[in-house]
Amino acid sequence: MSLQRGSVAVVGAAESDLGQVAPHTSPVDLMAQATLRALDDCGLKLSDIDGVFSAATQVRTAPMSLAEYLRIKPGYFDGTAIGGSSFMTHVAHAQAAIEHGLCEVALVAYGSTQRSVSRAAASPREFNPYESPYRPFMPSSAYAMAASRHMHQYGTTREQLAEVAVAARKWALLNPKAWEKEPLTIEQVLKSRMVSYPFTARDCCLVVDGGGAIILTSAARSKSLRKKPVYVLGVGESLSHANISSMPDLTVTAATVSGPKAFGMAKLKPADVDMVSLYDAFTITPILFLEDLGFCPKGEGGRFVANGAIAPGGKLPVNTSGGGLSYCHPGMYGLLVMIEAVRQVRGECDKRQVKDCEIALAHGNGGVLSSQCTVLFGGPSTV
Amino acid sequence: MQDLKQQSPYGTFLEHCKKGELAYQVCTDDGKAVFYPRVAAPGSGSTNLEWRVSKGLGTVYATTVVYYKDEKPLNVALIDLDEGFRMMSRVEEIDPLEVKIGMRVKVRIHQGDEKQPPYPVFTPVEGSSHHPGSASHPSSVRRGV
Repeated sequence: MSLQRGSVAVVGAAESDLGQVAPHTSPVDLMAQATLRALDDCGLKLSDIDGVFSAATQVRTAPMSLAEYLRIKPGYFDGTAIGGSSFMTHVAHAQAAIEHGLCEVALVAYGSTQRSVSRAAASPREFNPYESPYRPFMPSSAYAMAASRHMHQYGTTREQLAEVAVAARKWALLNPKAWEKEPLTIEQVLKSRMVSYPFTARDCCLVVDGGGAIILTSAARSKSLRKKPVYVLGVGESLSHANISSMPDLTVTAATVSGPKAFGMAKLKPADVDMVSLYDAFTITPILFLEDLGFCPKGEGGRFVANGAIAPGGKLPVNTSGGGLSYCHPGMYGLLVMIEAVRQVRGECDKRQVKDCEIALAHGNGGVLSSQCTVLFGGPSTV
Repeated sequence: MQDLKQQSPYGTFLEHCKKGELAYQVCTDDGKAVFYPRVAAPGSGSTNLEWRVSKGLGTVYATTVVYYKDEKPLNVALIDLDEGFRMMSRVEEIDPLEVKIGMRVKVRIHQGDEKQPPYPVFTPVEGSSHHPGSASHPSSVRRGV
């Protein structure tokens, strides 16, 4: 039996405080704050939650710690941790659990204080005797090597990579919650501090604190709640490797598997999508995902994003929040990727609102291009 | 099946490194190279794995240069060995930005130190220019603020 298009909906969505939080704030403080805001968004109570889905680099047993903090006793829980895309898998797994009656109201939550405690403390790297001796600056160096291949095979340029960062910054300037507040040019991206060639600091995502929560329930129950439901039309998950030295082809991600799964379930195609929310850990990732999800042919991603094509007023609205590059990247960013897609479908995005946004795609990436998970969201007209 | 109470896959790899050798495994069922070393062949689960010593010749598959604060720029690369396996390493004895995709390289074993056991690194093969059309890096890098 497969998952059913539109069987569940996101009914509540909220960020925690973002950016730089007060000293001694814990990741679970942020999860709980976001959870209460998401509950307020939909009008449900803590006691309604009977499914908890969470992962965090600083909290080894996230569903357990969050349930304790909130003093809820979920009958169903899932702590799948596959990096930044964990939360897309949580949505897929929550959909399965709700469809099968294992829970009715699912909470997906995340929190990180990586800016406050340092990235090294928040996400210590695993030792790998076949990689660690070479001292790659991870995860940046893995993505940089993928970029090196893309540049070599397809002629993608550093300027095209920089276009992704500039587009993200233009969107961020329309989002009051975005971390970055100043304009950015291609030249500034190229001349910024080199981190791992070909990436400068501006090709790399932010290192900030933050978290979020979304609440899902059955389509039937969603109709009686505060906001219009945002239906889960399709989900797809795929893993291809864990370490970059084991990735079969650095220019082809497992989004080539997760995307078609999600589109197939949703009975949709890329041209049907009004807005795209792609995990932009580095400037190469939206380029790879636009190709692998079918928005442009393989190898054309660099040329696709050129000339402001994914910036406000361009041909495809991508990462309207400002993305992990300019809005917020609290270590694992996948939950915030989905929150922006949900808000676009709801029509809550004010100056950055995509007109008549009925179908939004949220794509998560985890590890070093390792886990790829795609979720398609739709408004009431789509079911 | 490898007896893990006697020796680990990495332990065997390391013993070879100490002798100046880059070791890998071959699955004798299908002749395919296996790297990193394992207790069973990935995909099939076959335990018919044989250790081999690589000739040490390979080609740069992907490359980056890491800029750690107050350090010289450091190359990190993925190398495709001629025997059919890929590994992370670095190319030495050359400006790290001059390490190009397609470049032919040869292994040598870095001695390591008290904290770091020996490990394989690579150097350019004498007289070998990199693969035509592989210029993915401009000759100079812009290092700004």
